[in-house]
Amino acid sequence: MCASFFVIMEFFTISLLNSISYGLLLFMLSSGLTLIFSMMGVLNFAHASFYMLGAFFAFTIAKLIGFWPALILAPVLVGLIGAGFERYFLRKVHALGHVPELLITFGLAFLLLELVQLIWGRTSVDYRIPPELDGPLFTVYGTQFPIYKAFMMMMALLMLASVGWLIKRTRIGLVIQAALTHPETVEALGHNVPRVFMLVFGGGAALAGLAGVIGGNAFVTEPGMAAAVGPVIFVVVVVGGLGSLAGAFLASLLIGIVQTFSVGIDASLLSALASMNMVLTPDTFGYQVLSLKVSQIAPIMPFLFLVLILIFRPKGLMGKREG
Amino acid sequence: MASKHSSSSQVYKFEPINVGRWLIWGLFALVLISAPLVFTSSLGQMILTQMGIVIIICLSYNILLGQGGMLSFGHAVYSGLGSFVAMHTLNAITAGSFLLPVSLVPLVGGLAGLFFAALFGSVTVKTAGTPFAMITLGIGELIWAMSLIFPGFFGGEAGVSGNRIAGSSSFGITFGPQIQLYYLSAFYLFICTALMFAFTRTPLGRILNAVRDNPERVEFVGYDTERVRYIAFMVAGFFAGIGGAIAALHFEIVTSENVSGARSTVYLLWTFLGGATFFFGAIIGGVMAVLAFVMFSELTKAWLLYLGLLFLFMVMYAPGGFAGLIMMNLRVAAFGFLRKLWVSYLALGVTAMVALLGASVMIEMIYHLQFDGALGDELKFLSMTFNAKNFDIWFGSGFLMLTGLGLFELCRKQFLQEWGEIQEDIENEIKRRQALS
Amino acid sequence: MKFSLKIVAACAVLLCQYSTFAQAQATAKVAKAPAETSGKLIKVAMIEGLSGPFGPVGQNQLKSYQFVADRLANTDKNPAGVKFEFVPFDSKSSPQEALVQLKAATDQGFRYITQGNGSAVAGALSDAVAKHNERNPGKEVIFLNYAAVDPALTNERCNFWHFRLDADTSMKMEALTSFMKDDPKVKNIYLINQNYSHGHQVVKYFKEGIARKRTDVKIVGEDLHPIGQVKDFSPYIAKIKASGADTVLTGNWGTDMTLLVKAMNDAGMKIALYVYYGGVSGTPTALAQGSDWNVSQIAISHSNFSGDEQALRNEFKKKFNDDYYTFQTYSAVAMLSQGMANAKSIDPVKVAAAMEDMTFKNYNGEVKMRKTDHQLQQPLFISKWTKATAKDPYSEENTGFNFANVKTIPAYVASTPTSCQMKRPS
Repeated sequence: MCASFFVIMEFFTISLLNSISYGLLLFMLSSGLTLIFSMMGVLNFAHASFYMLGAFFAFTIAKLIGFWPALILAPVLVGLIGAGFERYFLRKVHALGHVPELLITFGLAFLLLELVQLIWGRTSVDYRIPPELDGPLFTVYGTQFPIYKAFMMMMALLMLASVGWLIKRTRIGLVIQAALTHPETVEALGHNVPRVFMLVFGGGAALAGLAGVIGGNAFVTEPGMAAAVGPVIFVVVVVGGLGSLAGAFLASLLIGIVQTFSVGIDASLLSALASMNMVLTPDTFGYQVLSLKVSQIAPIMPFLFLVLILIFRPKGLMGKREG
Repeated sequence: MASKHSSSSQVYKFEPINVGRWLIWGLFALVLISAPLVFTSSLGQMILTQMGIVIIICLSYNILLGQGGMLSFGHAVYSGLGSFVAMHTLNAITAGSFLLPVSLVPLVGGLAGLFFAALFGSVTVKTAGTPFAMITLGIGELIWAMSLIFPGFFGGEAGVSGNRIAGSSSFGITFGPQIQLYYLSAFYLFICTALMFAFTRTPLGRILNAVRDNPERVEFVGYDTERVRYIAFMVAGFFAGIGGAIAALHFEIVTSENVSGARSTVYLLWTFLGGATFFFGAIIGGVMAVLAFVMFSELTKAWLLYLGLLFLFMVMYAPGGFAGLIMMNLRVAAFGFLRKLWVSYLALGVTAMVALLGASVMIEMIYHLQFDGALGDELKFLSMTFNAKNFDIWFGSGFLMLTGLGLFELCRKQFLQEWGEIQEDIENEIKRRQALS
Repeated sequence: MKFSLKIVAACAVLLCQYSTFAQAQATAKVAKAPAETSGKLIKVAMIEGLSGPFGPVGQNQLKSYQFVADRLANTDKNPAGVKFEFVPFDSKSSPQEALVQLKAATDQGFRYITQGNGSAVAGALSDAVAKHNERNPGKEVIFLNYAAVDPALTNERCNFWHFRLDADTSMKMEALTSFMKDDPKVKNIYLINQNYSHGHQVVKYFKEGIARKRTDVKIVGEDLHPIGQVKDFSPYIAKIKASGADTVLTGNWGTDMTLLVKAMNDAGMKIALYVYYGGVSGTPTALAQGSDWNVSQIAISHSNFSGDEQALRNEFKKKFNDDYYTFQTYSAVAMLSQGMANAKSIDPVKVAAAMEDMTFKNYNGEVKMRKTDHQLQQPLFISKWTKATAKDPYSEENTGFNFANVKTIPAYVASTPTSCQMKRPS
């Protein structure tokens, strides 16, 4: 009895730590996306590609100089690319409407994937965790928790704090906040709103790049990483509410927890019914669905959330602005 | 075709029989019938069949994108689910538990597409614009992720395979040989194209256009935009299902890839490149899609890169796609001004070729160094040999590319100026003709 | 002076004689090759995942094929005297894409194809090859399956044109469970596998085998994860820990195996591991990053062959800075060549007929291609992850470790029955 309690506690604690680290990484990615959307009404399809770019840049820079310079240089590079894209490409189609905007960011995503494959190849690259961050941080009931995951969590929280401070406490942040809801007025007041847009887009891209630097070596750095994480961050942004940073934070943690814990739960509706002494046979209608274990449906949980939220609460959990 | 009338005296009306319409559709049918007689190789007939499939699906997608202004990132769900249902039907026919001639299997796929479009569409069309795109993406990912959870329907990693030589064969047609399958696909292509074109001429089709252009006003006029979009969604799903079913017969295997987001983006890409604003744009898109995939990919490993660049520039400078470009130039030609432009076009073409040559050599060398390094430093491209480690070649190609780009920019500015002048002249000419009539 | 000149002249003549003699010996080896096959170029289409998560494995195997073909060209393992060329076709590890590439290959005139990574792909290819051969007489294609170990391919789905060079899961599991039976430390087992035919079969055959041999062993958990998609296995590790298992058995390969080991290292999990593919690209490096690993591998090869095979591995490593671990490529080349020599033809129909029921010399001794189901009958090896010694110096991926052979299971012991009812062309 006591032993199984510890076993459950170990599973629960480790899974909680894992899900928070994953959720915070998702938040790093989705915060940029939701900021860009709330400012410019553009859903940046290429956001996950900036993540991928950050990881690959970090791989090359780390090989040449080291991880710590890469941590600073790679996001800056990605931010510059993002700002440049906004200035020279996105701005041109802004006037044409939402569909061309979405299409051009989609085109960018496509192009970035091909460029990455051209330069770094079509398979994964060996982007490693730096040796000073490699190893266990502490042990929980017998399972080690790696230093690097704690580092990931710390960086994400640091980033959230600094972005929050930037937006709420600096002048440029005030302008951004105002441009969020009333861009024409802000322009009328004399601020260079297009430049603010460029800044925000570049900043969002830099955030995604930073997430790539940090996440690329914990999860594999390969050209397919953008397509793997892209749909999940869209889910986070929509579930949290388009335009809400706090909502994105909540949704990221939620999705992280759900995805991590559900892998470990083998319960199904069938077993729940069995525990209530209702045993079903394979001939029962809907047996296939009832016998599905939670761990089996783990991959579709985020998208199920998305569809449910869009049906019942299209604004998202904490959304302010309707799409 | 959705074209503009310039003035009533410019439009030819054939009465009592619409000769123009009969001519075009007759030519279309003739092309479909005679194509395999021109391209007799197995590969050629395979390409033609695939074109038929992709054209049907792109046309169905254009009902959403071009006519309805609904950007969907999950259209492959409907064509893919149509494929799956068709494959299961085919297997049932093979097992003898379902009696249906193989030639009617596409209709089953269509009905499946219709059913799922009705199911998911009820939720999807509640929103418009960006949230609509999001929900189509979400549903696409959901269905794709489900493919591992329900291996009974989706077949797991291996997918579902079947044999199209199934059931009873009438008149000795088994659909085993590629040419028989081609004619089946061509038949469905003709019927579906005709039906979808007819759809654009119906009041529903016109209201759909109106919903695309000004949904608020449509509401004021008294139509329910959500209902209109829902019906259009179902129609698109129906035809997508037909295309998907023919694909199932052609490839004889359906996997989760058929409902993947990657497949959806392929349809999106080519429908847009072909030209979403014109009906025949999707046909052009479908033809180009198969040609690019089969032939262009043979020429160079970097073909997707070129495709991405092309797409990006089309979105910025030619959002009407190739069909739009053709129509714009036809319009200029109709007024007799095309002669003035041919020099500019030539200049643009030549400078683009120069830049492209430089860039493509560099790209090929990068790919060679990456993949075929074990085979040595030399590579053959465009029947010329290059040494990938030779710095001079790099410098020369880079120089060529930059020069080409610079000259292209100059020509482009010149061209834009001329184009603008010609558009002004056309407008003046229209006013003049209107004043006269 | 004149004497020394005579000596020099005599030496020169001797050397010339020797070189002619050596040349004659070499040509003598090839001269035994039948005229119908000698010198012919055999193009084999390798339809494999060369990009994406399993790209590195496929690319290693492409290099392996070409390397071993070149190396065996002038030896007695090439009695037909043919020259092999392996042309890559990227299937992106997808069954549908593989079929598209098959069509492209057959259109280009290829008569031999090979594939191995992914039993789902192999199944699709096997069916498609059978269909193609039926519908296109005169353009038949032979499918050499070098690594897809789903037993169904030589049982319910067997067909005349498919030849399997690796030992299938029924053979491997039989051998592995026999080995585990004698290990008293194995009490609670956790099964983690990829969710496709291969993973399902590993689970099925393991459960069957262990039930017969050790009724006291408990399976405390099993997981089937999506193939090639999981990047972080830590939730699975937490689950394994919670189940109280002392042994983990997995058929994972490539990136799935590497990341599983990585997650185990991260969590500090010290547990006995029974694997199929410990030596595949990336996994040895991951294993070396942990310590006190207890890994046992069942495979058709191990790290310490002697003689020519070891020389081959060393040469491969020197040329590509990568390990040669896919010995099935050796078997493929040797078998094809022997089949062509026996059939005195390079026509696939005749070669296929010659290859079944054929015994030939392989790197692991004499092996036989069983006629009933086209499954190669060969010995199996159980090896353990050990530090390299002076006697067994090979270092997998330069880690200083290798898979040292601890038990050889001869072919007749490893053999398992088949339910294949093969339809042969008349």
